[in-house]
Amino acid sequence: MIAARRIRVVLAKPGLDGHDQGAKVVARALMDAGFDVTYTGLRQTPEAIVRIALEKDADVIALSSMAGSHLPICRKLKPLLEQAGLGDKLWIIGGNLPAQDHDALRALGFKGVFQSSSKLDDIVTFIRTHVP
Amino acid sequence: MKPGDPPAMETRSVTNESGIEIKPLYTAADVEASVGDGLLGLPGQYPFTRGIHPQMYRKQPWTMRQYTGFGNPVDTNKRFHYLIANGQTGLNVAFDLPTQCGMDSDDPQAEGEVGRVGMAVDTLRDFEIAFEGVDLERITVSLTINGAAAILIAMYLAMAEKRGYDITKLRGTAQNDILKEFIGRGTWVYPAAPSIRLVGDTIEYCAKHAPKYSPVSVCGYHIRESGADPAQEVAYAFCIARAYADEVIRRGLPVDEFAGRLSFNFNCFGNLFEQVAKFRAGRSLWAQIMQEQYGATRPGSMWMRMLAGGGGGGLTFEQPELNIVRGAYYALICALSGAQTMALCCYDEAYTIPSEYAQRISLRTMQLLIEEMGLTDTVDPLGGSYYVETLTNQMRGRMQDIMAEVDAQGGIVKLVTEGAIQAKVSAQAYQHQREIENGTFRKVGVNCYRTDEKAPEMEFHPYNELDASAQIQSLNRVRADRNAARVQAALSRVQADARSGANLMPAIIEAVKAYASVGEITGVLVGVFGRFREPVGL
Repeated sequence: MIAARRIRVVLAKPGLDGHDQGAKVVARALMDAGFDVTYTGLRQTPEAIVRIALEKDADVIALSSMAGSHLPICRKLKPLLEQAGLGDKLWIIGGNLPAQDHDALRALGFKGVFQSSSKLDDIVTFIRTHVP
Repeated sequence: MKPGDPPAMETRSVTNESGIEIKPLYTAADVEASVGDGLLGLPGQYPFTRGIHPQMYRKQPWTMRQYTGFGNPVDTNKRFHYLIANGQTGLNVAFDLPTQCGMDSDDPQAEGEVGRVGMAVDTLRDFEIAFEGVDLERITVSLTINGAAAILIAMYLAMAEKRGYDITKLRGTAQNDILKEFIGRGTWVYPAAPSIRLVGDTIEYCAKHAPKYSPVSVCGYHIRESGADPAQEVAYAFCIARAYADEVIRRGLPVDEFAGRLSFNFNCFGNLFEQVAKFRAGRSLWAQIMQEQYGATRPGSMWMRMLAGGGGGGLTFEQPELNIVRGAYYALICALSGAQTMALCCYDEAYTIPSEYAQRISLRTMQLLIEEMGLTDTVDPLGGSYYVETLTNQMRGRMQDIMAEVDAQGGIVKLVTEGAIQAKVSAQAYQHQREIENGTFRKVGVNCYRTDEKAPEMEFHPYNELDASAQIQSLNRVRADRNAARVQAALSRVQADARSGANLMPAIIEAVKAYASVGEITGVLVGVFGRFREPVGL
């Protein structure tokens, strides 16, 4: 029997937001869950996120946004991910995301939307359940 | 049990976040055994454990300085006047992320971020608008700026001078602590060495030309938010403060000519007594470091002056109204700890930047302590408590051990540049989050006393997309109106001085006076210095 390929996650900090405590905590939780995690570091442009996701052959593209610019960023990222053939991957986003924006984020293709109060195990379970 | 024996004590082990075991009862014997070392003394006397001034709040309450700024300078100016009208005694300016990262509002990377988490600033014109009508002698201004600090300090000095203030008497503070930005917060621009040089340039320039201005506020705050425990928070901040002091001393400036203008910014979420002991311990340790290691002789050089009152990491998304109560305890901690300035976290900060209403509640919380609760009646009211004095001594010991460990591993600059401190505190943050989620670290409303009731409707601060376009239009007007040749000449001088190693402040001040923008000046410096490369290893 061939061992299942580990789930590959690219976890990015888009925009200029420097709050990375949460992103790093989530990255560690995903690593502990056995996923292959690439954390990008701060200030990633949409183009850079797409490039890294392609390089790492990511199954999951995860964003962390704490400073309120999640909607403009996701609007820019969506067409770039689709053009790069990453439209069928699992896109998720976490951070400081006001409830009134959740529907817009889901409509943009972000299947998992995790507010800052989310539990680590819930994020892990969501990825396991929804990964393509 | 014989009559007269103390009652049997409960044996459950209680350890504070800094790793110190807490006993169920403290007596005079514990204070003695914890190596008091005569480190207590009187307020206003070395080593200042009980406070840096003899009378503290009896003479003057702490400065009230809520963190404020959003949209464009016109919006922010209105909020400044609102807070001052409500009794605030200082300003603490929040800048948007493009400004903090040294970009102009029309930079492609700034799209969607202009004016969002703070005020957008591109040129001196923005400072002229933002501080219009603010009496800069009565209201001292703190600039929360780091990567772009040299430029914004230059703008502040230029704006004040233009309005006729005597720069040699001008007071105020800039955060300007770049090493902690590498650990947490992340608004770095240049690599470590030129970044530290710029901090040195601001300290040296201010010591000579604006001696009442505090050019640096060294922050344990964000290191704690990133996962450090309270003892590490202070120990790492002191290591960073020493790195800046070393940079300035290397240039030949005597310690007593600048150390008195260094200040600190600390966090206060967590166990109340641990925080109070942390601040008292930190005060005596800093005095000791400055006297014994740096040979400071002026008392002011040994003072750990501090801003405190924030503690975002302790606030919760769940039951946000409880954050008002947490904020009140934060204020109490600060008042019991002899803080010079308070900036309280607002209850809505787990959601957004504070609304006017939330800021007024924070301001009233501090005013309540002064007017109703008697927190300004006497100095260091917890002084002499067996528990607090023992814990103060133990916290000081922990801080000394951590500082020695940093030195043994090659020093703070090396550890931060390589990402070692980041990895350490991030691992702790993960551990802490696991403890909250498995219930071993109790958090009210999160893992105990939860409720299904919907939180009361809160008014959130709205983001106005139009503010960004107005800001870009304003920048374009400034660019059209200014003397292009003067801007070019000033930017060339910035470049030349960056290369030669001269103090950059005179050239930067000249450039901002010519209305060169934050992005233009930063661009020239990046051309010479390059950019910081973040160590992202976990």
